[in-house]
Amino acid sequence: MSASKIAVHGVRKAFASAAGVLPVIEGVSLDVADGEFVAIVGPSGCGKSTLMNIVAGFETPDAGTVTVDGAAQRGPSPKGIVISQHGSVFPWLTVQQNLMFGLDGEHRREDAALADHYAAMVGLKGFEASYPRELSGGMLKRVELARALVVKPEVLYMDEPFSALDALMNLRMRNELLRILDEERHTVLLITHDVEEAVYMADRILVLSPRPATIQATFAVDLPRPRRLPSPECQQLREAVLKELGL
Amino acid sequence: MADAALAAAALAAMTRRRRIARLASPIAVIALVVALWWLVVVGTESAIFPTPWQVVAGAWELAVDGTLWEHIGASLFRVGTGFALAAAVAIPLGLWMGWFGGAYRALNPIFQMLRPISPIAWIPIAILWFGVGDVSPIFLIFISSVFPMVVQTTSGVHGIERRYLRAAANFGVSRAVLFRRVVIPAVLPEVVVGMRIGIGVAWLVVVAAEMIALRSGLGYLIMDSRNAGNRYDLVIASMVIIGLIGLCLDGATRLLERLPTVRWRYVR
Repeated sequence: MSASKIAVHGVRKAFASAAGVLPVIEGVSLDVADGEFVAIVGPSGCGKSTLMNIVAGFETPDAGTVTVDGAAQRGPSPKGIVISQHGSVFPWLTVQQNLMFGLDGEHRREDAALADHYAAMVGLKGFEASYPRELSGGMLKRVELARALVVKPEVLYMDEPFSALDALMNLRMRNELLRILDEERHTVLLITHDVEEAVYMADRILVLSPRPATIQATFAVDLPRPRRLPSPECQQLREAVLKELGL
Repeated sequence: MADAALAAAALAAMTRRRRIARLASPIAVIALVVALWWLVVVGTESAIFPTPWQVVAGAWELAVDGTLWEHIGASLFRVGTGFALAAAVAIPLGLWMGWFGGAYRALNPIFQMLRPISPIAWIPIAILWFGVGDVSPIFLIFISSVFPMVVQTTSGVHGIERRYLRAAANFGVSRAVLFRRVVIPAVLPEVVVGMRIGIGVAWLVVVAAEMIALRSGLGYLIMDSRNAGNRYDLVIASMVIIGLIGLCLDGATRLLERLPTVRWRYVR
């Protein structure tokens, strides 16, 4: 318990709707260890994103607690950066300006060096002066990832980060992410509806029930990386997770 | 190498030809209107309505003796001053109203009420307050262009996509950085739209204002030409010049759309 990076305890959330009060999350508790990669899988509309927003500090729960490093979550901070499906790379800034956005701007030379370092790490070298409109979807994801890494966050909150990409780019970005995590060792909380994505990358998979969301099952993934999805172990795990989802 | 140069030259020639082709049809329409006008005037043997040639000759006469430039300069000065004042007030005010819900709720109703009042309706009040001089038309231009710019800027702030504001909150940037790096650039395209609307209305209004109470400007030139001996050639010359300058003003504000901090909105 004391070792956990993120501790979520008894979180509930309901929204007011035309039909009355709609419970979205009903008593979710989970722990994420430092450096762990946890994937949360659930059917669409089950409240995954709401849970992510609460953990990242963008929304407050009706009941329950979220602590990061033992301190109550008091709102969004650069300690945990969110990367979401549609992205939030600023279209009016160049790639380099985007990467330097989260830095204080008082040490321009160090900031620029840091931005260059991460631009190179995600494969954006030579695109520093480009505007986002000149980049493909995959490149934009890299900008977003690098912009997050530049501020040295301890946690990456990823809300279906690659689901807007085409299938090939999606596979490619998974490997890129794993390669970067090898170097940087972030704690990752990934929300996805793609079971294979979870099986391929995560240390642990939590399956959420349909709304109102509760944690329905937990799978530890003790498989060495790089994983091969067609391997019997991966397929077995995939089947088990899908079965929990009723498929 | 030579092949590449040849291909590049051929491409340049093609784009040049295409550009000329694009200009051809509007020029043909203008030529047709002028020809029709000429035919009708000659055909009806009108004593007052001028032919296109008489209009050009009249404009030339004023250009040579210098009065034309004085009138154009007077009108542009009034528009420039009134519009600059309006922008200086409207853009900060619009940002403030867009950002703070309380300011929006308090001020939006009165602006929505003042906005549909034609600036022409303010002429008697302008004369009462500022008399017959440069200040009255500047005031009218201010009144006419300030509201569209406020409204457009406010709606620009309201239209900022939440994901960008959330990203800024996530990175924990200061309020100053939030405004400079996110809010202002996100709103800029809407501000430019507001400026285009504003400058269009301003130009419309200056001519109307000058018709009533002044001794210079293109609006005055129109009224004066009619009153001083039915010089309809000069009336029409002024109208054409007003149209051309309006086109140039719009073109000038359109150039702002090419700024990199504005252009993001117009691609994709």
